[in-house]
Amino acid sequence: MKIEDVVCSFCGCLCDDLVVEVEGTRVISVENGCTLASEKFLGDHRLKTPIRRDGNSWTKISYDEAIAETAEILLDADRPLLYGWSGTFGEAQSVGVHLAEILGAVIDNTSTVCHGPSILAIQEVGHPGCTLGQVKNRADVVVYWGANPVDAHPRHMSRYTTYCDGFFRKDAFKDRKVIVVDVRDTESSILADEFVKVNPGGDYAVLSALRAIVRGKRGIIPPEVEGVSREQLFRVADICMSAKFGAVFFGVGLTMAPGKNKNIRNAIEFTEELSRHTKFTISPMRGHWNVYGSNEVFTWISGYPYAVDFARGIAFYNPGETTSVDILKRGECDACLVVASDPGAHFPKECAEHLARIPTVQIDPHVNVTTHLSRIQIPVAVAGIDAEGTAYRMDGVPIRTRKLFQGQYPDDFEVLEKIYAIVKEAKG
Amino acid sequence: MSGLLIKNAFVIDPISGVKGEIMDIAICDGKIVEEAPRDAEIIDAKGHLTLPGGIDSHSHVCGTKVNFGRYMSPEDMRAGRTARKGVMHVTSGYSVPTTFGNSYRYSTMGYTTVLEGAMAPLEARHTHEEFTATPHQDMLANTLFDGNWSVMEAVREKDVKRAAAVVAWTLSAVKGFAIKLTNPGGTEAWGWGRDMSTIHDVVPNFEVTPAEIIGTMIRANELLNLPHSVHLHCNNLGVPGNYRTTLDTISLVPDLNKDRQSLYLTHVQFHSYGGTTWRDICSKSEDITRTINSTPHVVMDMGQIMFGRTTTMTADGPMEFKLYMLHHNKWSNHDVELETGSGIIPVYYSRKSLVNCVMWAIGLELALLTKNPWQCLLSTDSPNGAPFIKYPEIIGLLMSRRFRENERKMIDPRTEHFVPLFAIDRELEWYDIAVMTRAGQAKALGITRIGKGYLTPGAEADVAIYPIKPGEIDPSVEYQQVVAGFSRTLYTIKRGRVVARDGEVVVEGANSTIWSKSNVPAEYDMGSDPEFTRKFEQYYTVRMRNYPVQEVYLPRGKMIASEAFL
Ligand code: SF4
Ligand SMILES: [Zn+2]
Repeated sequence: MKIEDVVCSFCGCLCDDLVVEVEGTRVISVENGCTLASEKFLGDHRLKTPIRRDGNSWTKISYDEAIAETAEILLDADRPLLYGWSGTFGEAQSVGVHLAEILGAVIDNTSTVCHGPSILAIQEVGHPGCTLGQVKNRADVVVYWGANPVDAHPRHMSRYTTYCDGFFRKDAFKDRKVIVVDVRDTESSILADEFVKVNPGGDYAVLSALRAIVRGKRGIIPPEVEGVSREQLFRVADICMSAKFGAVFFGVGLTMAPGKNKNIRNAIEFTEELSRHTKFTISPMRGHWNVYGSNEVFTWISGYPYAVDFARGIAFYNPGETTSVDILKRGECDACLVVASDPGAHFPKECAEHLARIPTVQIDPHVNVTTHLSRIQIPVAVAGIDAEGTAYRMDGVPIRTRKLFQGQYPDDFEVLEKIYAIVKEAKG
Repeated sequence: MSGLLIKNAFVIDPISGVKGEIMDIAICDGKIVEEAPRDAEIIDAKGHLTLPGGIDSHSHVCGTKVNFGRYMSPEDMRAGRTARKGVMHVTSGYSVPTTFGNSYRYSTMGYTTVLEGAMAPLEARHTHEEFTATPHQDMLANTLFDGNWSVMEAVREKDVKRAAAVVAWTLSAVKGFAIKLTNPGGTEAWGWGRDMSTIHDVVPNFEVTPAEIIGTMIRANELLNLPHSVHLHCNNLGVPGNYRTTLDTISLVPDLNKDRQSLYLTHVQFHSYGGTTWRDICSKSEDITRTINSTPHVVMDMGQIMFGRTTTMTADGPMEFKLYMLHHNKWSNHDVELETGSGIIPVYYSRKSLVNCVMWAIGLELALLTKNPWQCLLSTDSPNGAPFIKYPEIIGLLMSRRFRENERKMIDPRTEHFVPLFAIDRELEWYDIAVMTRAGQAKALGITRIGKGYLTPGAEADVAIYPIKPGEIDPSVEYQQVVAGFSRTLYTIKRGRVVARDGEVVVEGANSTIWSKSNVPAEYDMGSDPEFTRKFEQYYTVRMRNYPVQEVYLPRGKMIASEAFL
């Protein structure tokens, strides 16, 4: 059976035009998707049943047992951490926040190790952005800064920017200038009309120079700024200022480079500066398909997009203190529930070691690095394949993923609801 | 059968013509009935003021821009927080509370129905998700059409029926309630960093004017036979001298509907400025209300501002940028492809700012100078003018000249030279307030047909009992008691259930989402219109099949169906 308009639950582009062929409970082909999408749909090898670590080996257990033990671990903990969430749908994330609330736990999502600093910058100066269709239909200048879409968001350029014709850009490839700013050559920089190669750690200075030029202070620019010539800076600023609609997209190459949130603040203020001359927008290239959804859901329930600590009864937010990495580094956390992410692969070593020391439960369809640190793992249906729910694209557009077939696994929502019910019963 | 009998209630129910009588209200299975079942629970209202549940016809509580207001403002989240308690979840936020925060605060003030003022169709799913998490109010969504490409094309072709067909398809797809136009044409122009400065400016590339968009949509709305009228946020919000744009707009409005207004103008305070700059800005409330008084087919809401801190958020992207150029605090903007825009900035309205004092006076003047309370509803465009928790204070100001005089001593002394407020003696009465906070909204929104806004048999049993005994207090003098009374009900009853008591929410909510569906003949079904679908697939970034909001997002959806005259 061929299913059309399938939503890809891999990256923040959340492409919704895939055609997927399904036979029984197996995906056999994927059209329109990129290679990452094919891998996601076709290379889906799942853990068969819940497992529990007993000494050095794993024992298969039932869902009921796994759920009951997880609830018990969480109820026993003084400082539980509920981490992950970017790989599941909003309805499950919502149960997660309520679970944290009732437990007095900390809940955090993967923003903590990717666009957390971008959020801090937005909280300082705001965010002039737009939906991706605005860029597709209008933009004549697109800037990728510290982002390599060809690699990380393979269809970003063809669906939304460089190669995508729009209402006011009938021949996108000709009508549109692409600027790539990065510290190294990438597959994306080859495609740029203007590649700006910055010294590592030099983004902040280059952004400041560009802001000065836009403000009319060309005279103060030295011959070279962090590896970028004055001529090129002038050229880039001129391209931006003469744009009818410009769009900046930034990636973790800017967010996680030295300067972190200050880089993003500078990039936003550069956009704001340009907005006084013409139309300009800026947007983060969010990685996981529904990481932005976790920010949204956390926010409407608790008020904060990540790193929310309910230990005081109220929702408390202080990144640097209530962020997962910090809580784990301090050895403070005494139980962890990981949902739909792989901190074992992405956290600093000492954090992973702490996860191995405490009871860690993972709810995830696949065996991954975190499996090796966990005490229990509960496999679930994969959102976008055999589970459906709400996801938020990198620009905030909410899309409902499709369920392609009825599989044998419960989904994140169902498992979390059961854990929540036990915890609620115990907490009264 | 679950029953409830409210005895000895001092009832004001303007729609039913009850102007303050001690009576009993019988409830059975969520409805007002003639006689309560025998085993009905009894509440003795002891002569306290009892009104239909409050209805807010314009507030920003759910959806993309509201949530972004929270997201970007941890300082606001910290400014109002409560712990989990009983059935109540944790809440955060002062001017942009979390969804449960909004819901509990509204409920304890006796509000049972709230209309979200601006929903971008493309992002409707988000609004509906937050509606579900705002469990104590029935919710409705104004749906944005101000920069809708298909609508503007129909306007250019002078094809009212096609404009109507686009609206019908969209409302039904996104489960919206009514047509909202926010700075019509201006949000599209903002896609190029531009704006409209009169209603006769031409929208770039589309060759239509705001006046044409407004005129066409008013007619389209009536062709679709929708419950509410077009809901308009005029062009030029917040600009000195903008009252002319507002008057020009009102002059466009034909009288097309015998049951309600043909146009609803929102937050008119922000659109009633004289002068030419921020230095000589003055009140034009007299001009505006003179016109409103002679134009019975137009209804407005106040858009009152109150002093203090808040967050402004609107689909009017260009206006927010202008505001940002004045305040230089922080600025967010979010344009939505083919449809609309939005912007957010935090603000502080200061008693020491002459401009803010003039704005404050204008809102009150609009309410005091409009003869017919059904034509001027109470609102702050929450949170733009102030968060809705300030409504009780506004009621106090409207009911007490003394309160206004006391405020006068604390604001910029030059204010009185720019506004007529202090020459107005009028003090509103309990009946006026009942109209301006529920009955007027129910009528203007056209939701009396589903039992909203009144208390006679057949109505929804949404009731608010306030700790106020109208015969025993003089609101003109004891205005602080009025403010306290409207801040916290004794009982808030939603669909026959006590949901809040003495400021605390006591049950889990189970709200409905009210939406409109106008049935059009097959040839006007845009879902199968080749031109519409081709453009959709070509220019949107989501597939047409993935665009409609699925039924699961409206666990208790309530559809108001109508037959289109197409
Ligand atoms: S670009 Fe991202 S969302 Fe689109 S198909 Fe590839 S992995 Fe999936
Ligand atoms: Zn509004």
